[in-house]
Amino acid sequence: MNILVCVKRVPAPGSKINVTSDGMAVDAAHLGFTTSPHEECALEEAVQITERDGGQVTVLTLGPVEAEEQLRYAASVGAHKIILVPTDGSAWDPQRTASALTEAIQTAEEANNQPFELILFGNESADSGGFQVGVRVAHKLGRPIVNAIKGIDPSDCAVTARREIDAGFEVYNVPTPAVLGVKEGINLPRYPTMKGRLASKKAELTNAEITAKAGGQTLVRLHRPAEQASNTEILGTDESAAVAIVDILEEIGVC
Amino acid sequence: MSLLVVLDHDRGTWSEANDEAMTAAHTLAADMGVQIDVALVGDGALDLSGQARAAGAAVVHVANHPMLTDFGPEAVGETIVQLIGAASPDAVMAVGTSRGNEILAQIAARMDLPFVANCMSVTPGDGAWSITRIQWGGSLLEDTTLVTDGPKLLTYGHHAVLAEAAPAPGAGIVEEFTPDLDGSLARTIVVDRDVQQAGVTLSTASVVVSGGRGVGSAEGFEQLEELADLLGGRVGCSRAVTNLGWRNHTDQVGQTGTRIAPEIYIATGISGAIQHWVGAMASKRILAINIDAEANMVVKADYAVIADLHKVVPAITAEIKRRKGL
Repeated sequence: MNILVCVKRVPAPGSKINVTSDGMAVDAAHLGFTTSPHEECALEEAVQITERDGGQVTVLTLGPVEAEEQLRYAASVGAHKIILVPTDGSAWDPQRTASALTEAIQTAEEANNQPFELILFGNESADSGGFQVGVRVAHKLGRPIVNAIKGIDPSDCAVTARREIDAGFEVYNVPTPAVLGVKEGINLPRYPTMKGRLASKKAELTNAEITAKAGGQTLVRLHRPAEQASNTEILGTDESAAVAIVDILEEIGVC
Repeated sequence: MSLLVVLDHDRGTWSEANDEAMTAAHTLAADMGVQIDVALVGDGALDLSGQARAAGAAVVHVANHPMLTDFGPEAVGETIVQLIGAASPDAVMAVGTSRGNEILAQIAARMDLPFVANCMSVTPGDGAWSITRIQWGGSLLEDTTLVTDGPKLLTYGHHAVLAEAAPAPGAGIVEEFTPDLDGSLARTIVVDRDVQQAGVTLSTASVVVSGGRGVGSAEGFEQLEELADLLGGRVGCSRAVTNLGWRNHTDQVGQTGTRIAPEIYIATGISGAIQHWVGAMASKRILAINIDAEANMVVKADYAVIADLHKVVPAITAEIKRRKGL
């Protein structure tokens, strides 16, 4: 099965996120970057499927040229081909991103002379969290998509996909070529091996320059939510605090 | 002139998120100067028209079709697109649950319109709308403008609005319709359901007892299980714990796990990285139990005990049993 995984480069924040002085981006001066978590799991799933059933994994990202780092990482954990759609580094709105990704996918499929049987997106990106790029791309390609997927089982001409709901799973049987929005928890992504790291340096990077027009949503500025005044009441420094805790549990009616 | 609210239900069971949707809708519709209409899709929807009326709906659109028995994102999206064509709402909204965001994305893709997900506040205008929305699961906010000739499409962040009773019931005029759905849309309809948990779930539990790396091992969670059982709650965990393989991802509280809103969140041995915090911050009260008084979770909590969780948690269990005579 030939699988395409679309990933996004995002900052890796710790306990606080700062914003640049113009308010247009996360201040990443002291942060590393990573692949958005849902997408890291989507990639792992694609690699596991091709290890089991054969086929190739292609990874596509739209982002600054530095996103090559995430593509090389993808190659180090099993991706066969990597494609970058470079931006100027500014955040593209969801409509613009979806248009450019669709064109990049169509170009790659023409070069391959066949459609990707499965395209995986993360359910939403860790940073902007627009919850829509995968759905827009699937619709432009005329392919089915289901989101919130935490289980994939490919068969001939279809994939069985499990969607997490509050009390269990909904099961879909989606004909291929198909698109799925994957959630963290579908697997535990592997770490790269030394052999993988070496191979990733040799992976051939395809640059796909694409222009796409802006959509109807425009970023004005980012800001941190007002910090709630935290007046933590310390109930104790040993297990004798249990009495005060149970008093509170009784007071709020949960005990 | 109307605001169309897409409501959710599960085979006729009203979703708690609908109360948030209608609360947000009252504010937005007043600012827009329009009435609130709602859309209910599928089997059992008609039974909920009374609740929709009580929540303030002027018109309750009920869509019926054999393909709408169970959820299918494409079939539901196409249904709402056809309703938009017939009823011409000025804006369409839902709450940003997994389904809510997916349905609005389907509508946006089909109509090629912008869609703003997980809004906190929305200010309508003659041209551009000014919106503040959630990024990074709520750690950052984004001020954004929305410009479109078509209906404005948006969701409110789940738990971003505190549900309130409706100021007054609406007229609640029921209008049933049957969308024209192409058979091919059956490709994304649920074919089976695998319900694993009975009773209280992590996202609806009134008490969540959660553990982080500080619990130390998978076995260490047994004490948390006992306390959660005693309180009729659920056990949660941090992303570190899931990555260590101590707990299943279905127990993970956080941006990429489950977002919870219990009466009290008991966070033990959890440092409180932002991706965890944003999943827990809608909790009504937070009690942190941690040996580190400077941990982010402790600093942000309402109550804290600075001690070893493996001593405090069994002591809470023992105290509850003592008071209940167990």
